[in-house]
Amino acid sequence: MFMFERAITGGRRYWTWVFCLLGVIAVGFFSYMHQLNVGLGVTGMGRDVSWGLYIAQFTFFVGVAASAVMVVLPYYLHDYKQFGRITILGEFLAIAAVIMCILFIFVDLGQPARVFNIVLYPTPWSLMFWDMISLGGYLLLNIVISLVMLTAEREEIPAPGWIRPVILLSIPWAVSIHTVTAFLYSGLPGRSFWLTAILAPRFLASAFASGPALLILFCLALRRLAGFDAGEQAIRKLAVIMTYAMTINVFFILVEAFTVLYSRIPADTEHLEYLFLGLDGNYHLVPWMWLSILFALGALTLLLVPAWRTSPVLLLVACVLVFFSLWLDKGLGMIVGGFVPSPLGSVVRYTPTLPEWSIVAGIWALGALLITMFYKIMLSVRREVGEEALAVSH
Amino acid sequence: MKITRKDFLRLSGLSFLAAGAAGAARAIAGRGSSAEGRQAAAPVRWGMVVNLEKCRKEEGCDACIGACNTAHNIPHFSDPRHEVKWIWTEPFGTVFPFSQSGYAERSDVHLPVPLMCNHCADPPCVHVCPTQATWKRDDGIVMMDWHRCIGCRYCMAACPYGSRSFNWLDPRPAIASINPDFPTRSKGVVEKCNFCEERLATGISPACVEACPEKALVFGNLADPDSEPRQLLRTRFAIQREPELGTGPSVYYLV
Repeated sequence: MFMFERAITGGRRYWTWVFCLLGVIAVGFFSYMHQLNVGLGVTGMGRDVSWGLYIAQFTFFVGVAASAVMVVLPYYLHDYKQFGRITILGEFLAIAAVIMCILFIFVDLGQPARVFNIVLYPTPWSLMFWDMISLGGYLLLNIVISLVMLTAEREEIPAPGWIRPVILLSIPWAVSIHTVTAFLYSGLPGRSFWLTAILAPRFLASAFASGPALLILFCLALRRLAGFDAGEQAIRKLAVIMTYAMTINVFFILVEAFTVLYSRIPADTEHLEYLFLGLDGNYHLVPWMWLSILFALGALTLLLVPAWRTSPVLLLVACVLVFFSLWLDKGLGMIVGGFVPSPLGSVVRYTPTLPEWSIVAGIWALGALLITMFYKIMLSVRREVGEEALAVSH
Repeated sequence: MKITRKDFLRLSGLSFLAAGAAGAARAIAGRGSSAEGRQAAAPVRWGMVVNLEKCRKEEGCDACIGACNTAHNIPHFSDPRHEVKWIWTEPFGTVFPFSQSGYAERSDVHLPVPLMCNHCADPPCVHVCPTQATWKRDDGIVMMDWHRCIGCRYCMAACPYGSRSFNWLDPRPAIASINPDFPTRSKGVVEKCNFCEERLATGISPACVEACPEKALVFGNLADPDSEPRQLLRTRFAIQREPELGTGPSVYYLV
């Protein structure tokens, strides 16, 4: 079913990898059972920092999911043929990332058994309702698109005409998922760190840098491990897209920093102070935030010089730097920084606990497993079609 | 069937008109019925005035907090991260930052101020709740349905007053002695002050108001010009917590 059988054939290396991932997933699952049993008190969250690593990971991976549009848009709107081989990589990445997002929300719920209350009592004035609609819709769109496109590829027939409008719809939809996610935070009256109109643009810019960074890393890995060539042109184009997005992202951060620091309104500055200088003797996020800045600047230096950007090794380093810089910025500082100091001015230290990290690792491993299986299926279809073509030509 | 562009425009135009007409009809009908409703019952908006001067008369008094905790089965957790609080105190300087000149002879900055849910006129927590597990009643009380809450804690992020608590752990073992007249909560749901709606329903005032030896907490109907809180607000200077956010708190403080 759905070409799934292709994902369960592989060599020793493939199965070792899959079992490692399954092991991490199992540890995450048991940690979640512990959390379900005892309560969310097993995490480092509390009444002041009431959202932590889970919601931060959710936010980061909505960005990764949305970034599929960076390969889909050039290919379908601008007919940029070089992306023909990798659009499906982007769509598969989107599917895996959205599934991870849904799981990160799920593990954050205090009463997960009641999750369908969101559907039972639809509440259009809550942004959480729209997040469900946009994420669910995006997942469905990408499943339909990748399934139809891959089937067409396997059968060696042109894709049906109706899929094109569906693909075009997925483009604004990708933008919508990250916009709605930003609106979750940017519309709250008492949280001045998030109460900024640039939050959604900033989310999109960082997403369109971190997603392509991940895609390039996948392409390089597939070339090495599976002999799949994404094409030099495609990778270079992705690197250019990532460069633009990262530049815009850093610009947005500077714009935000200027507004906050020059206006000097204490309620706004103290969040940045907490993250970058430390507040009331709490410095635990400071090194990480500066590391994020350092990585961002390092990545930009590598990316902005064409000779360095086109060097495979330096590009790989730049991708790793972009990814970790943005993960620290969005997957750590963005959410925690919004809660500290609290509306009542308390500076509370948030340290994720071992069960919390295990659950996060489990969801990461599940995402990696999905990507592995999806890419395996794609490679096997492409290899088969390629062999047939070779046989016909002989 | 082939739909031409002209047909499409015509059809969509008609549907917009129909939708608009339906909306207008609803609005007209709605206006009529709400006017009748207003005539039938006098409006109620529950609110409280906290007289800080009276509140400080007895140093270290926490009768209101104790009464509330007992009445509502509030658990006690020693870890400050897991605390559940309906009514509690914070220093004046924390609750009302920037409201003192710093030159006064007597500084109030460290004096305790009782805090609770403000039962806002326009509550941000109600806007964000994805399941309508928290909602505002016609009498102004912001309510919680502990059986519908999914524990997403969006309301906690939205509340600018820190008035909401989450049950990070099972609260039942942490309750000193269970009051059988009020429900306990389960882990994984949010709770907060309910203005003692269960007592108001039987015609008695909130537990904290009743427990205060100095009668520093004055509770009543803000919509009634002759009510006790309204009489106080008519002559005394009162402040609200962060009124600039537009939430319209129903709790006032006489400084």
